[in-house]
Amino acid sequence: MDEIISLDYGSGGKKTSRLIEQTILPVLDNPYLGELGDGAILPGAERLVFSTDSFVVDPIFFPGGDIGKLAVCGTVNDLAMCGAEPKYLSLALILEEGFPLRDLERVMASLGEAAEKACVTVVTGDTKVVDRGRGDKLYINTAGIGFLQYPGLSPRNIQKGDAVLLSGTAGDHGTAVMLSRSGLMQGELSSDCAALNHLTEAMLQSGAAIRCLRDPTRGGVATTLNEFIEGTPLGIELEEKAVPVRPQVRAACELLGLDPLYCANEGKLLAVVAEEDAERVLAIMRRTDEGRDAARIGTVTDACPGRLVARTELGGRRVLQKLTGAQLPRIC
Amino acid sequence: MCLAVPLKLIEIDGNNAVGESLGMRRPLRVDFIEEPKLGDYVIVHAGFAIERLPEKQALEDLESWEELRDVL
Amino acid sequence: MSFDAGRILETMAALPLGRVQLMEVCGTHTMSIARSGLKSVLPENVKLLSGPGCPVCVTPAEQIDAVLELAMEKDVILTSYGDMLRVPGSRPGDSLLRRKALGARVEIVYSPIDAVELARKHPDRQVVFLGVGFETTAPGTAAAVLTAQEQGVKNFSLWSMLKTVEPALRALIAQEDFAVDGFLCPGHVATIIGAEGFRFLPEEYGLPAVVGGFETEDILTALYLLLKQLVEGEPKLQNAYPRAVSQEGNRLAQRMLQRCFEAREDSWRGLGRIPGSGLGLREEFSDFDAQKRFSIQASSEPAPTACRCGEVICGRLSPEGCPLFGKRCTPEDPVGPCMVSSEGACAAAYKYQQG
Repeated sequence: MDEIISLDYGSGGKKTSRLIEQTILPVLDNPYLGELGDGAILPGAERLVFSTDSFVVDPIFFPGGDIGKLAVCGTVNDLAMCGAEPKYLSLALILEEGFPLRDLERVMASLGEAAEKACVTVVTGDTKVVDRGRGDKLYINTAGIGFLQYPGLSPRNIQKGDAVLLSGTAGDHGTAVMLSRSGLMQGELSSDCAALNHLTEAMLQSGAAIRCLRDPTRGGVATTLNEFIEGTPLGIELEEKAVPVRPQVRAACELLGLDPLYCANEGKLLAVVAEEDAERVLAIMRRTDEGRDAARIGTVTDACPGRLVARTELGGRRVLQKLTGAQLPRIC
Repeated sequence: MCLAVPLKLIEIDGNNAVGESLGMRRPLRVDFIEEPKLGDYVIVHAGFAIERLPEKQALEDLESWEELRDVL
Repeated sequence: MSFDAGRILETMAALPLGRVQLMEVCGTHTMSIARSGLKSVLPENVKLLSGPGCPVCVTPAEQIDAVLELAMEKDVILTSYGDMLRVPGSRPGDSLLRRKALGARVEIVYSPIDAVELARKHPDRQVVFLGVGFETTAPGTAAAVLTAQEQGVKNFSLWSMLKTVEPALRALIAQEDFAVDGFLCPGHVATIIGAEGFRFLPEEYGLPAVVGGFETEDILTALYLLLKQLVEGEPKLQNAYPRAVSQEGNRLAQRMLQRCFEAREDSWRGLGRIPGSGLGLREEFSDFDAQKRFSIQASSEPAPTACRCGEVICGRLSPEGCPLFGKRCTPEDPVGPCMVSSEGACAAAYKYQQG
């Protein structure tokens, strides 16, 4: 049967990986893109980090943010995870015919504020409008350039015994958006959408042995941790009850049949840190706004190669795979 | 899916009601609950309350758990 | 927590029992067991099987094929719980999700009432609700049909694939190689039909039956009680979920079922056609019966499929025992429904394998 693009291809899970590996990489493959990092580290006079991201969130306004703030934070975070100081952004808007200008102004105001807060400058841009029905209100693409300040961050550096840290509560963005989309429930859920470059700067300038950083967006914490160890002789043991989850997020997940470990975050990072520096890095994280609720959630081990294994509250163990396809609310 | 979490009724209008759990509110129907009252805890399945809990029992109050404790 | 899971597990392990196979017949039990990692800490002699309890898993391929055809009907908006969207029909890869990508209008709803609402908002479209599930889901589905009738929402209809648990359990037990020692009975089905609804298990078949809730503690308790019955050699009915389950069940919900539905023959994946196991709308509601409104009918012949979900549902095959498991059949490209539904035995086994 002919493959078609289904929503699963945008889920950040295995189908997304397949799309990248089979359809995109073979055509454009080069050493920079092939790393599949959040951004590419390029040679040149300066060590630059370059990244791009597109934003198609529905609804475009959601509790805790909107597509404009997201478009800045998303790309800034991708640069920050590479150890870069984010500097410049490009901004491409794809607008659907009929989109209210007032909404665009709201989006732009929030985008500008987010850029200022993250200390990045939007230096180039583009605007296109498509026929009504050919797009969904507003899509944004941003590309970003950062100056590499802390080279060497990579999942390849992970060692047995390293600590796995999460900068705060899991699943806030995914559940907030899902909720405002479904209209099913109401409650005080808010996206965690935030730029993390000030947090990464604080962590990295401490000189602690930080192996790698990544922001667990689509696919959530479980999917990103799987990416760290996929195909390596190392695994990660996750302490389920150590993962901070807001009670409201937990309740929403129960009601929607979702798992917070697989829900998207837009203002959190995962860090793998040498055991001896773990406490110090945690303390530094907790002193920042974005890392207030940081916690150690797991440990790198060689007991389960290539796998993420959660220890449940019952003391049982279960393997957490990458997200497969978009999370669909469960039956009933 | 059977939700284990009970919801507390915070609004009732005929067969339509609103249930709450940990600050999350969702609309539901109470067709199958006799004389639903505000503050009742109900178990919800596919948008319908299917039973009222006697009260929000702490799990350890369960009789069968008592029975268990006796044998342990 | 005063509930000491460790001690219960130790006590279970110390019971003088040989190999024991217990079956749960509720998708949420399957899911909860998988999520808690319970199988990895249970005594080695106790094996848990997932029976015909996941609503989408028991739906046979030929019925899915009919639904896929329905989705392509002009003007139809098909509404369904999320889990149905990935279930393939008899052709691998052909699912509602694919049909949606090809242009069918398919909407996820959380309650049948949402589907009635959608119908009100789109008077020019035919809104069909896919009714799947058991006695727990059926009363609300019935209430939605009544609501549509009361409000005159004529463009709403129900495509019922609703089923009842008892006939399926009887059919399962009647199978030649049936080898289950006791049943963990579905808590919320029992909420509706009453714990008494499972008394036939000990009384007619001599099988221990314990109604259980969905927290890990509930499930552990129920399993312990089942094992204890086996040790004592006294099969009986026990209710380990009394906070939500009464002996007689929810009368209002039962009345609603009676009013709208009548039992009819239905086909089950793995179990075939079982008389009186399906719930069809009564004659007086035929205006809201999608199976009468549209000229689409599920084939009466079972659709051939390579998938062995049927055997998995009957407890004759473990998910890992299927040659397709994890190879041709994965959650991202499922062949059978047990791999699709997050409540399915195969999906649970794949996603939450023991570490």
